[in-house]
Amino acid sequence: MHGDPDRTRVLSRRMMILGLGQVGLLGALIARLYSLQVLESDRYRLLSDENRFSTRLLAPPRGRILDRFGVPLAINIPNFVIQVISERAENMEKTLDTLTRLLPLTHQDCQRIRREIERRRSFVPVMVRENLSWEEMVRIQVNFPDLSGVVIEQGFTRFYPLYELGAHVLGYVAAVAEEDQTGDRLLELPGFRVGKAGTERLHDLALRGRGGTYTVEVNAVGRIVKEVDWHEGEAGSDVHLTLDVRLQQFAAERLGLESAAVVVMDIVTGEVFVLVSTPSFDPNRFSRGLSATEWKDLMAHPQAPLTNKAVAGQYAPGSTFKMIVALAALEAGVVTPEVRIHCFGSLSLGNARFHCWKSGGHGTMDLVLGLQHSCDVYFYEVARRVGIDRIAKMARRFGLGARLGFDLPGEQNGLVPERTWKMQVMKEPWQLGETLVAGIGQGFTLATPLQLCTMVARIANGRAQVRPRLSLAPVTKGVRRPEKFEPLGVQPKNIAVVRQGMYAVSNVPGGTAYRARLNQPGLVMSGKTGTSQVRRVTQRERASGVRKNQNLPWEQRDHALFVAYAPENAPRYAMVVIVEHGCSGSKAAAPVARDIMREVLKLDPARFSTAIVRSTNH
Amino acid sequence: MSWREKLRHVNWSLVLFINGLGLVSVTALVSAADGNIEPWAGRQAMRFMVSVVMMLTVAVVDIRFWMRGAYVLYAICLVLLVVVDAHGTVGMGAQRWIDLCFIQIQPSEIMKVALTLSLARYFHGRSLEEIAKPIYLILPIIIVLLPVGLVLKQPDLGTAMMLLMVSSTLFFLAGARLWQFSVVLVTSITLVPVTWPFLHDYQRKRILTFLHPETDPLGAGYHILQSKIALGSGGLFGKGFGKGTQSHLNFLPEKQTDFIFTMWAEEQGMVGGLALLFLYTIVIALSYTLALRSRNQFGRLLGLGLTTTFFLYVFSNAAMVMGLIPVVGIPLPLLSYGGTAMMTVMFGFGLLLSIDIHRDVQMSRHCPYLRDLFKTLS
Repeated sequence: MHGDPDRTRVLSRRMMILGLGQVGLLGALIARLYSLQVLESDRYRLLSDENRFSTRLLAPPRGRILDRFGVPLAINIPNFVIQVISERAENMEKTLDTLTRLLPLTHQDCQRIRREIERRRSFVPVMVRENLSWEEMVRIQVNFPDLSGVVIEQGFTRFYPLYELGAHVLGYVAAVAEEDQTGDRLLELPGFRVGKAGTERLHDLALRGRGGTYTVEVNAVGRIVKEVDWHEGEAGSDVHLTLDVRLQQFAAERLGLESAAVVVMDIVTGEVFVLVSTPSFDPNRFSRGLSATEWKDLMAHPQAPLTNKAVAGQYAPGSTFKMIVALAALEAGVVTPEVRIHCFGSLSLGNARFHCWKSGGHGTMDLVLGLQHSCDVYFYEVARRVGIDRIAKMARRFGLGARLGFDLPGEQNGLVPERTWKMQVMKEPWQLGETLVAGIGQGFTLATPLQLCTMVARIANGRAQVRPRLSLAPVTKGVRRPEKFEPLGVQPKNIAVVRQGMYAVSNVPGGTAYRARLNQPGLVMSGKTGTSQVRRVTQRERASGVRKNQNLPWEQRDHALFVAYAPENAPRYAMVVIVEHGCSGSKAAAPVARDIMREVLKLDPARFSTAIVRSTNH
Repeated sequence: MSWREKLRHVNWSLVLFINGLGLVSVTALVSAADGNIEPWAGRQAMRFMVSVVMMLTVAVVDIRFWMRGAYVLYAICLVLLVVVDAHGTVGMGAQRWIDLCFIQIQPSEIMKVALTLSLARYFHGRSLEEIAKPIYLILPIIIVLLPVGLVLKQPDLGTAMMLLMVSSTLFFLAGARLWQFSVVLVTSITLVPVTWPFLHDYQRKRILTFLHPETDPLGAGYHILQSKIALGSGGLFGKGFGKGTQSHLNFLPEKQTDFIFTMWAEEQGMVGGLALLFLYTIVIALSYTLALRSRNQFGRLLGLGLTTTFFLYVFSNAAMVMGLIPVVGIPLPLLSYGGTAMMTVMFGFGLLLSIDIHRDVQMSRHCPYLRDLFKTLS
């Protein structure tokens, strides 16, 4: 100390102030540390994990769809996808410009890409286009030096190797729409496809499988440091259909350009071998992505290619309904097979006259003859005697009037009218004349081809209420056990009479389908023709009188129907053929049915129904 | 006293705690290199040992030697700063280093000690009455502003701020009047709009980002955010040695230098962070005790100045990584990897030990040259 105590005092005092200030600052550090590491720790831990882990979903391969013999109907094929990763691009705008010159990218595409680039983190790939053609791939490869940030990835596209064949059964897949989101994270994967129609839609969950996850630790630039977790997803399971592709193809080709539907099913197991609706569409166009105009064209097509007419088309069953009327009457005991009714070409009821299709009349008919000739007057009279409610009850027992629970979406109810229905829906009492019209399958009555096929299957079966099915029953102990069905509850002798009538239709001269008989030794087909008036035309015709079908425009002509089963001695196959606006069941539908049935009997797919069918899962 | 005797008088508890910090540093650097000695921990340990020897050497040298050499050292540093300005190596986006073939030195680091020495020497010779007169403050202000100007030009905002703060502390402790501080403060504030255009873009950005960190989450604000995430996710007990995800996955920038505290506290948790701060507190408190124990003004001012520098370093770095102040690029003394910074700090501690050993020496109050200068002025 050199005699300057003032200086020392000032220094000590000021040092005290400084020291206090430093203690305060230290306190601030500790408080901050406490707030970060204790109070807000959870939040920061979350942020740290978000930084660190990146969980990616692995899309499982979609299950295949196979026919009953394992022929693939829907598979996955590799598909080249072009993506951009903004982090890797030197100049994203330049890259996008170059891409626009190389690929046909629309303005909307570019906008979407820009939006996604902005929304996603810089190392997340953004899809530019899928399904690159070979030529496009080459063009990209050649220009690769100018395309920094572009990567080509291999994905998978749903492919239907049979194109239009069976499209209505298979359905199609398409991009996930907003309303498809169910919370399954798979659906959020870019480019993911879900089933939108047919089997693809019905079995979508099974086919989709379960997504795997793949958690990786990433560093600050998003590069993968190590794999943390890998959950293998489950590949979608294959769906085995009961279809026989060979028959499906034969039926489709036989129908040609007609707007028509064909169903062939096993009358024992209910397995559907053929389900064709024409015209068809190419489901591959959907997996590729349909343009707005393509979609509009499909929707506006007069023959409704997107509608599965076999399950969603509803037609007046026409004369094919006469078996039901006959069975209702026989079961009720109001007629016997021997009861004779004389046909003069029309029947009068009060002031109204009900015409037979044969204006000269059929003469005296019994039940078998009535079916063989499809005599309308005979069935007007039978229907009058049995009454609409008993007819309706019998129709339901044979699978009409309600959905069959078939494994395809879009199945329609059809319509079986009765007194209470009319009162409820139309608020009018039932008229006796309507019973007569219903007796020949016209009027309110509607049925889908599938329902008519089921009806014939039950007639041919005679004991059980067979239900159609499209997916193969699972194999237990090496055997595919047929489904158990409810009993039909109709006396065998009555069934026998009706089948005798159907036999006569196709096999006795004078039968409406005699000319389209199956001329094959040992193989006999029985059937029933039907010609169903298009309903709105029917009403107009009542007022203005008879007009010839050929003079009408196509869309007002009658539908041609034919239902059949074979072989007669030991029935196994039931079939329905409907040719829209085909004018006449015996001319337009029966020959088609005969040709298809010949092929069915030749290939005899039902032989394998209960036998072991080797599973072709791989 | 012989040098052996002096060594006995060295305050060994301070040396012990300094060694404790060195140990933490090497441990942390091993973790930073994913458990490897290379590239940082081994070299840091070597440097630390060399520095300890240097510190003890400085400690046994008579404090009056340093007092006499204060202005010379200051002058050398000033020249070096000018040289760096002319042909320095560009590192970290600024000219800071001078390459002398065998060692790279950072003159601005040494300047911190040299400036403290010079100011301590100057104020040692001034009485309270003299300091009250502005004329006696002109020279020390020039002494301060010359290196600050050169460092700012490099540009090294952090070091410039540090030099200014240490200088102010010394002015304050020496007894400068509060109204004098007010004048300087008001002048500086009016100068802000004038200097703003001369700041580098990155400096302006750092200041602006600090004021509004949410505007730039991936740019300059990214560092602070990631550092806060690292600290917060460490929690009370930390993620464990070598398991700091933020640090090891490079979300944390510069984990071996400026953000070493973050890495430490991420892995060791708040417990480890507090322990480290506590270690620093002991070192600082001990240093203040040694400084205040000195019986001459030069020793006290120098000791307090050096300790305050040390404190400001620790505080600024910790506050920066916790997001309390802007990112200024200041290392954590004794912990961060880096040679010059460690040498400077250890040189400072050597001086502190020397002050303590020589606390009773007689010291002339006046510098003959300055006395003559002031005589002619007045």
